[in-house]
Amino acid sequence: MPTGTRHAAPNEGNIMFRKPRRKLYFLIFVLPTLAAFIIGFVYPFFHGIYLSFCNFKTTSNATFVGFDNYIAAFQNEGFVRSFWFTCMFVVVSVILINLIAFFVAYALTLGIRGSNIFRTVFFVPNLIGGIILGYIWQQIFNAILKNYSTNLELNATFGFWGLIILMCWQQAGYMMIIYIAGFQSVPADLYEAARIDGANKKQVLSNVTLPMMMPSITICTFLTLTNSFKLFDQNLALTNGAPGVVSESGTMIYQTEMMALNIYKTFYSNANSRGVGQAEGVIFFLIVVVIALAQLFLTRRKEVQA
Amino acid sequence: MATKAKEQKPKKKQTVGMKILTILFTILSVFYVAPVFIVIMNSFKTNGGISDGLFNFPTAETFNGLNSYYTGMFYGNFPFYKTILTSFFITIGGVALILFCTSMCAWYLQRSNTIVCKIIYYFCIFSMVVPFQMVMFTLSKTADNLHLNTPWGILIIYLGFGAGLAVFMFSGFVKSIPIEIEEAADVDGAGPLKTFFGIVLPIMKPTFISVAILETMWIWNDYLLPYLILDKSYRTIPIHMQYLNGSYGHTDTSAIMSLIVLSIVPIIIFYFACQKYIIEGVVSGAVKG
Repeated sequence: MPTGTRHAAPNEGNIMFRKPRRKLYFLIFVLPTLAAFIIGFVYPFFHGIYLSFCNFKTTSNATFVGFDNYIAAFQNEGFVRSFWFTCMFVVVSVILINLIAFFVAYALTLGIRGSNIFRTVFFVPNLIGGIILGYIWQQIFNAILKNYSTNLELNATFGFWGLIILMCWQQAGYMMIIYIAGFQSVPADLYEAARIDGANKKQVLSNVTLPMMMPSITICTFLTLTNSFKLFDQNLALTNGAPGVVSESGTMIYQTEMMALNIYKTFYSNANSRGVGQAEGVIFFLIVVVIALAQLFLTRRKEVQA
Repeated sequence: MATKAKEQKPKKKQTVGMKILTILFTILSVFYVAPVFIVIMNSFKTNGGISDGLFNFPTAETFNGLNSYYTGMFYGNFPFYKTILTSFFITIGGVALILFCTSMCAWYLQRSNTIVCKIIYYFCIFSMVVPFQMVMFTLSKTADNLHLNTPWGILIIYLGFGAGLAVFMFSGFVKSIPIEIEEAADVDGAGPLKTFFGIVLPIMKPTFISVAILETMWIWNDYLLPYLILDKSYRTIPIHMQYLNGSYGHTDTSAIMSLIVLSIVPIIIFYFACQKYIIEGVVSGAVKG
């Protein structure tokens, strides 16, 4: 923060927005965004929480049922299964994406020939949307798997790893950009000092680079974690949850369905289960918040000041 | 390009290890562009050629010229030019609206800093974590009730749903601008509107570009929000693609491939036109997150 910067004292308002005109300018500056924000987020959010305690087909005929929807959600085999599938996917993809991105970024900051071209190439997949990516990779995987007379819709293992490959291909470049910025912001004199102290490459990496990279690592794990957890488009386009297997209790369980897709299907494939779907949405939201906060807390602790 | 000049400065001698890395990355790059290349290649092949071998180059029999581009234009009984226009309209309109409204909002929230402003600000941050599935049903019903299910109406939804990230990034920047400049302008009788548009807005230009890039990438590729909210007579590119992909049975793969090529082209142009800004946008979006 540059010295001389003064912040408006809380609750007082600065000279710009003195009492008499504060309200008028609130209308001009804030109201358009606030109105849209209420329509687009605040109202749907609270209404959603309310509806998760209701039985409804449309929003007008909701009847209050208490925690029934939540109980039904936890008894919904498909939902529980999609939770574990999502967890597995998140763990593998977060680790792989960050490892790949970290080492690619490291290599690209060494000054090897063609760094700029590589950086451009690795970033491009991020600009292509999940639906289109899913379709492209579906075609590629199925063309390969045809030689082994199977396809993505028959084998959940291939579906899982297909999704992992797709996500690495798409996200590694984005995280790489953040890691490169991180590497470039490590002060050169720290390396200089380490070299003078006689540290070898491994020691420099673990005692200088890694601690200084913690902010970037925090951000990238946060982004990959929430992105992977909320993944929808790629999942829908690549496998759409297939293959479906009938469980012992007779319900159809989709093997490669992640939570977002499962909730979507609960909502829109069966109008009678909308209350359950909304409750699952709230559970999903709570899980994402808890995981995001826990992750931020854990990695922030490891950050150091230069 | 500025980034290029910066990186050529420490021109290091290429050691053996670095040469190996260059070769390794060259191979990796080939794998990276391969999927896009495969799509382009197959858009010029007949359907038979595609199902015989996705990875084969077009031969004399399988070469289809631009035919699949012609059929693709109206494939799925929906004119593709309308899809592209809808996507362009929503993306440009949505980003412009978000930039204009949220920059004003963020400045007021930061400078006024009352309890109400703080509540709004923290709610904006909070909205970034909430998964879309939590609000999708109520949001689409709200949009229906308010008749926002047109390309014009959805801009308001995008403003509301995209406000979180934008307000957050603009606020972060406003915090770092010394308030004295604005106070001086105010003392001279400029008033908040003139102060904002004359002084604050020009200073905020880098953040404007960053926010614009991030929101463009989001809105252009967004599938579920427009799918649930827009009336069925409008389609954006992702909606159209998923519709074509989901229609089981006989699908015209080469037509789909040609449409993918057409919908990737604008993104690639966009990327090469403002590559520097995109990379800065990604980094500053992350640093503030």
